[in-house]
Amino acid sequence: MAPIIEAEGLTKRFGDVQALDGLSITAESGHVTALLGPNGAGKTTFVSAVATLLRPDSGTIRVAGVDARTDPKRVREIIGLAGQYASIEPAMTGTENLRMVARLFGLGRSDAHRAADEVLERLDLADAGDRLVRNYSGGMRRRLDLGASLVGRPQLLLLDEPTTGLDPRGRQDLWAAIRDLVAGGTDVLLTTQYLEEADQLARHVVIVDHGRVITAGTPDELKDQAGRNVIEVRPRSAGDLPAVEETLAQIGCEAPHTDMDTQRVSARVEGGGDQLRDVVRLLDERDIEVDDVGLRRPSLDEVFLAVTGTQLDPSDTDPDPQSADADAA
Amino acid sequence: MTTTDSRTTGLAAPSTIPHGTGAGFVTASLQSAKRTILQFFRTPQLLMLGTVQGALFLFMFRYIFGGAIRVPGGLSYVDFLVPGFLVTGILWLGMPASSGVAEDATTGVYDRLRSLPIPRASVMFGRSLADTALTMWGLFVTAVLAFIVGYRLEADVLDVVLALALIVLVAYCFSWVFITIGLISKTAQAANGMATLLVIPVAFISAAYVPATTLPSWLRPVAENQPFTVFSNALRSLTLGSPRAFGIGHTTTYWVVLTLIWCAGIFLVFSTIAIMRFSRQR
Repeated sequence: MAPIIEAEGLTKRFGDVQALDGLSITAESGHVTALLGPNGAGKTTFVSAVATLLRPDSGTIRVAGVDARTDPKRVREIIGLAGQYASIEPAMTGTENLRMVARLFGLGRSDAHRAADEVLERLDLADAGDRLVRNYSGGMRRRLDLGASLVGRPQLLLLDEPTTGLDPRGRQDLWAAIRDLVAGGTDVLLTTQYLEEADQLARHVVIVDHGRVITAGTPDELKDQAGRNVIEVRPRSAGDLPAVEETLAQIGCEAPHTDMDTQRVSARVEGGGDQLRDVVRLLDERDIEVDDVGLRRPSLDEVFLAVTGTQLDPSDTDPDPQSADADAA
Repeated sequence: MTTTDSRTTGLAAPSTIPHGTGAGFVTASLQSAKRTILQFFRTPQLLMLGTVQGALFLFMFRYIFGGAIRVPGGLSYVDFLVPGFLVTGILWLGMPASSGVAEDATTGVYDRLRSLPIPRASVMFGRSLADTALTMWGLFVTAVLAFIVGYRLEADVLDVVLALALIVLVAYCFSWVFITIGLISKTAQAANGMATLLVIPVAFISAAYVPATTLPSWLRPVAENQPFTVFSNALRSLTLGSPRAFGIGHTTTYWVVLTLIWCAGIFLVFSTIAIMRFSRQR
């Protein structure tokens, strides 16, 4: 079977901005692929190209084997698009919105009604179906927006920063909905600035920056690429912090780091379990009481830092959803 | 989280929804139109503006400026005014479409619609149908008030039907101008500004509210030859029976044919620009 998305050598220039710079991505069917990168990395541009909203300057895109350049209409039969904006009509009810999109997908009247009801049920919005969307919360709107792309039962769902701007509860709910979809057999390509989101949802993560692929793999592979595991110790009393740091210095391969806020000392280590046992033994010998000691894998944040040399911190970016990336598209 | 679990099981069940391969042109146009119309009637600001604006202006022209304006041929001002007023009402009532279109373009609504397997032009056709319907709603309210403030028709039924058809046609063709403005603007505010800049001179530098003969000589050629003067004169001819009586110089047929030519030109140019603009892949 052809990969659900096969993009090769995509380039796209907007004035002075090289939004895509030789981007090549293959997404296999059967799991979530996450495109991870900061604002302006080219994520939205890529999604727009897959959705046939824009035409790359060069390169090819195949969606389930269909060429997006020569046969955009058939690509549109395969995809559903939900974006960082909730593109639903606030002056219509949830049910009306879904029925409208279902009709546009080509369903007959009774099928459209059934599709709307089923999707509302699935997204936990059945009770709100008769309310005008302008009275929905932000999280409900995003879920309805997701639902609007589902009523036509697309094979591939494109989600462009689906949780940007949502509160943690809304994000959790949307994640649950996305997991459900994947379990139901829909392929998903999602873009995100949140490493945690990629980690939570995707089996294939592609890190992009400046319109290029920096690295790709499963979250675990990426964590392996970033290298070493980390041992973290939290002593019972803050007075022991220097002693803990000294201990870790003997084991770790780099100078340990003490975080005064969380009262934790961490050090990257070559290896894992053996080193952890050594740390525990040494701490025991020195009679240092600890609240917590553990071995953890590097987070995707650390991976991103390791491969791009820059920190990915969405909380730091422009709160306006229509920032660089969107403008570039 | 228990809700998550129950939802997961709910979803694993096979769906009965068929896979959609896209609506045809007519269905897609009507669905798009329905959205715009619901938006209008359920958004109090839009509804208020689109309903009472015409009536308010008519009241002012009739009772505030009207007393100072003399029209030739012994015609009462209200009878002179109303045909021109209705036709320029198409401008005032159509204006909000520009910002509406610009908003849909910037908020991602149009991206969603463009990603669907429907003919892209249908979205724009739906919009133009809806805008025409909304303009006609506003004109209907205005016309009711026109009769209340003393306007009387002096024409046979056929001419009135023809006049009505012309108004619908002008409203439809001109809706494409506002759609185009909305599509080429980067924000809703910019679209509104551009539409205002177009509407004010086109509405006022015309024979819609006053006879063109009262304008200074350098402005008259502009006023006499622009489409809204043509439309106004066509409606006057049809509804007042005797065009020569108030100096518009030509027969009813002349004005009607000229109106049709203007409408065809405006429609062809602006619908082409709008549809190309909407459908293009960036």
